[in-house]
Amino acid sequence: MRLGLVMTEVGQGLRRNLSMVIAVVLVTFISLTFVGGAILLQMQITQMKSYWFDRAQVAVYLCTEFSTVGGCDQQAATPDQIATVQAQLESPTLAPFIDTFFFETQEEAYANFQEQFAGQAVADLITPDLMTPAFWVNLIDPTQSAVLQDSLRGLAGVESVVDQRSLLDQIFDILNAASFTAVGIAALMLVAAALLIATTIRLSAFSRRREIGIMRLVGASNRFIQTPFIIEGVAAALIGSVLAGLAVVGIVQFFVQGYLAETLPLTSFVGLSDALLVVPILLGAGALLAALSANVAITRYLRV
Amino acid sequence: MIRFDEVTKVYRGTARPALNSVSLEILSGEFVFLVGASGSGKSTFLRLVLKEEKPSDGTIHVLGHDLGSISSRKVPYFRRNLGVVFQDFRLLPNKTVFDNVAFTLQVIGKSKGFIHEAVPDALQTVGLDGKGQRFPHELSGGEQQRVAIARAVVNKPAIMLADEPTGNLDPETSAGIMALLERINANGTTVIMATHDAGIVDRLQRRVIEVIGGRIVRDERGGGYKTQAHPVVAQGFGIGTAS
Repeated sequence: MRLGLVMTEVGQGLRRNLSMVIAVVLVTFISLTFVGGAILLQMQITQMKSYWFDRAQVAVYLCTEFSTVGGCDQQAATPDQIATVQAQLESPTLAPFIDTFFFETQEEAYANFQEQFAGQAVADLITPDLMTPAFWVNLIDPTQSAVLQDSLRGLAGVESVVDQRSLLDQIFDILNAASFTAVGIAALMLVAAALLIATTIRLSAFSRRREIGIMRLVGASNRFIQTPFIIEGVAAALIGSVLAGLAVVGIVQFFVQGYLAETLPLTSFVGLSDALLVVPILLGAGALLAALSANVAITRYLRV
Repeated sequence: MIRFDEVTKVYRGTARPALNSVSLEILSGEFVFLVGASGSGKSTFLRLVLKEEKPSDGTIHVLGHDLGSISSRKVPYFRRNLGVVFQDFRLLPNKTVFDNVAFTLQVIGKSKGFIHEAVPDALQTVGLDGKGQRFPHELSGGEQQRVAIARAVVNKPAIMLADEPTGNLDPETSAGIMALLERINANGTTVIMATHDAGIVDRLQRRVIEVIGGRIVRDERGGGYKTQAHPVVAQGFGIGTAS
């Protein structure tokens, strides 16, 4: 009986304020899609970090005839110098930090380059003597590249020591910035959504002020008066949340998995299971947001 | 049943109190007329009894509750003991007569069975049986006020507050409404009625409390609208019987 009565009131309220309800649905939809996007982006970053950081190597580039930086003076590294570097890498000071390392000659680097950029114009411009021979080092703990840098940088014949993580960091900085931007937009949109829900509920309460007045007069409990309005706000926000959930799943399914994953087959991307993990978060956030703002809005009407 | 002790009410932003240190006691089963000019404080008195307003000073006891110590969460439950009728009826235009009366019981969580028993009963009490499916706009003013009274009494309240219930009605219809209120009073409900209608007050010869400028200037049992006895200006008159 009471539940039926409450649901009838909710239905009436939603129908009476249809345009506002649609606005609430759209704003929660957009804002929660941004929230979902930000969460997925963070998941992607974590995933890529754990994938790439384990594979990140330290490159010890040796001098070529063209290099002028570091310990080079337009002189290619001599076999002696290369042997010295290798000896350093095998020495008891550095060996404990190093998992494996290998030497890549100019010819090998050239072959790799040709393979990587096959079919592109730059592949024809490069000759083997332009490539840099290097030691590629896998560290046991990838965060300790500073040790290598300190002990190898000054050696004769070493051009530079580069930790690939520093290159990756730039990529992650960009992704992080994107995710913070998404969070920022989401926060603004969520504020707008909360205000819009509050306004909608206040409007709904105003159009039913006669009923509310009589309910208060005859002693309906505050909770009984509040409930239809809160359900009304939550219902509208939930529709928006469901749409946002569908959008997030759709983006992952069709854009990330369908397009990105095929274009960049070597990178692992967030999958459908990650997206499905985000959906309940969005639903919960939408419902909570609506319940809180509707509650605040309607409480003003019930102050005794 | 209702006791005011030195109650003062000053609305925010006004200097002059709407009620100025009013003390009085209304006993169970009494029929009380509250008379006085517009703005004299009658409606404030009724709003204080309903706990729609808090007194600025003094204490109010209604039905054994100290209104100052009822938490706002408990106020709705307290109000279920009171029935209220207004000059403008305050019916819901999109609900039938039956539903208007049933609404009161629905929102306080009464069962369907109880509602289907109590509502026709209340409609019969006010003389509207058979008109349950009409809408308010299909009824005369007097009939609409009867619906409002049915709504007020359907939950069998101990106290009924009526704010100028005959203010919009012609004398003949008013007489019918007053007969109804007297019958409700005779069944044990305390009735407090604010009114400007001198004819009604003079005819019924009940207790009359006259308020001027927020002070009780007269509290007379069996009085008329205009004072027949010497006017009493001393404040606090009528608490002699307070206990």
